[in-house]
Amino acid sequence: MGYKIDEYLRQDKLPHIWCPGCGHGTIMGNLIRGIDKAKIDPDKTVVVSGIGCSGRASGYMNFDTLHTTHGRAIAFATGIKLANPELNVIVITGDGDGTAIGGNHLIHGARRNIDLTVVLMNNHIYGMTSGQFSPMTPTGDNATTAPYGNIDQNFDLADLTKASGASFIARGTAYNTRQLIEIFAEGLLHTGFSFIEAISQCPVNYGRRNGLSSAVDMLKCQRDSSVNIRKWDSLSKEEKKGKFPTGVLYKEDKREYTEMYQEIIDSVQEEAK
Amino acid sequence: MSKKGKVKITHPERCKGCEICVMYCPTDILVVKKGQITITDIDNCVGCYNCELSCPDFVLEVVENNER
Ligand code: SF4
Ligand code: SF4
Ligand code: SF4
Repeated sequence: MGYKIDEYLRQDKLPHIWCPGCGHGTIMGNLIRGIDKAKIDPDKTVVVSGIGCSGRASGYMNFDTLHTTHGRAIAFATGIKLANPELNVIVITGDGDGTAIGGNHLIHGARRNIDLTVVLMNNHIYGMTSGQFSPMTPTGDNATTAPYGNIDQNFDLADLTKASGASFIARGTAYNTRQLIEIFAEGLLHTGFSFIEAISQCPVNYGRRNGLSSAVDMLKCQRDSSVNIRKWDSLSKEEKKGKFPTGVLYKEDKREYTEMYQEIIDSVQEEAK
Repeated sequence: MSKKGKVKITHPERCKGCEICVMYCPTDILVVKKGQITITDIDNCVGCYNCELSCPDFVLEVVENNER
C-alpha cells in the first residue's frame, strides 16, 4: 500500500472547495492511486474536465490539465488524443456534464472507441447549481426542479456505453475505495474507450432533499445497494431490486480510433511517395 | 512499536469533520472533536489504511513512524 498521493496534488489549491463529506474528493484521491498503481507516466498524462462539481478535479490534480466548457470534455480530449496519441488522456465528468449536456459526446466517444479513460462521478444531481435533477436522479427522488418527485427514468450508463461501442466498462462507489483503485488502474491500462462510473455522494444538494443528509449514511447506502459483478448473476430478479453491479462489467479487444487514423496517414503518405 | 504503519494526521488544516474516516476505522480510535479529527489511542491503530483511502480531504496518512 502506501500511495504518495501528495505529489500528485497541487498543494497550493488545497483544501479543496468540495463540501464536507462529498464523495468527489475520495474518488479523485483513488483515481490518483489508480494512476500510481498503473504506473503510467505522469508527464504523459493529461486530465480534462468539464463543468460542475466534478469539473473542479482538474484544478487539484498535478498533471497537465484542461478545464473545459460544459459537457465538452470528451470533445476536447478527443482533439488532444488525436494530436498526441502517445498521451494518456483522462476525462473527469459528472452525471449532469457527461450524460445531459455532454451526452452526445459520451456516446460518440464510445462509438469511436478512442483511447480515453472517462471517469464519470455520478452524484445523481446538479450539485454546483444547488440541486436540479439530472438524467441520473432516481425516479421519485426530490430536486429543486422536481419538488414533488422526479418522473424521469435514468440511463443505465453501462448499457448505454456498451451499446455505443465502449470497449471497457466499469462501475465503482466512493464507499469501496480498494475496488475503485483496481478498476481505475485497469481502465487506464486498457487501450480503447474506457468508461468508469464512480457513484459519489452529494450530502448537501441531493442527500439533504432525500432523507440522507449525512455523508456516512449515504456511504452505507452505497455499501448496501452495490453488489460485486462476480455475485450479481447469481441473484434472483427480486434480490437485484434496488441494487446495482460493481466491478469491471465489460471488456473487449477492439480496434482503437487513433491507431486506425495513423494507418490511414501512413498509407496515404506511402502512396504519395 | 510494531512494524506495521500507524495513522498520522498529516494535514489537520484540511479536515472538514465529516466523520467518514470514523465510520471506517475498525478499532474506533478516530473521533471528531469540535469539527476536527483526533486520535484517541494510537496504540490500537492496526495500520489498515481504511481512513487514508476514504478521507475525501487527504488529511490522514498511514506512516511507518508516528511518534504521537
Ligand atoms: S454540492 Fe454536492 S457534489 Fe458539489 S461539492 Fe457539495 S456535496 Fe459535493
Ligand atoms: S489505519 Fe485503520 S486502524 Fe488505524 S486509524 Fe486508520 S482506519 Fe483506524
Ligand atoms: S474523513 Fe477526513 S475530513 Fe472527514 S473527519 Fe476524517 S480526517 Fe476529517
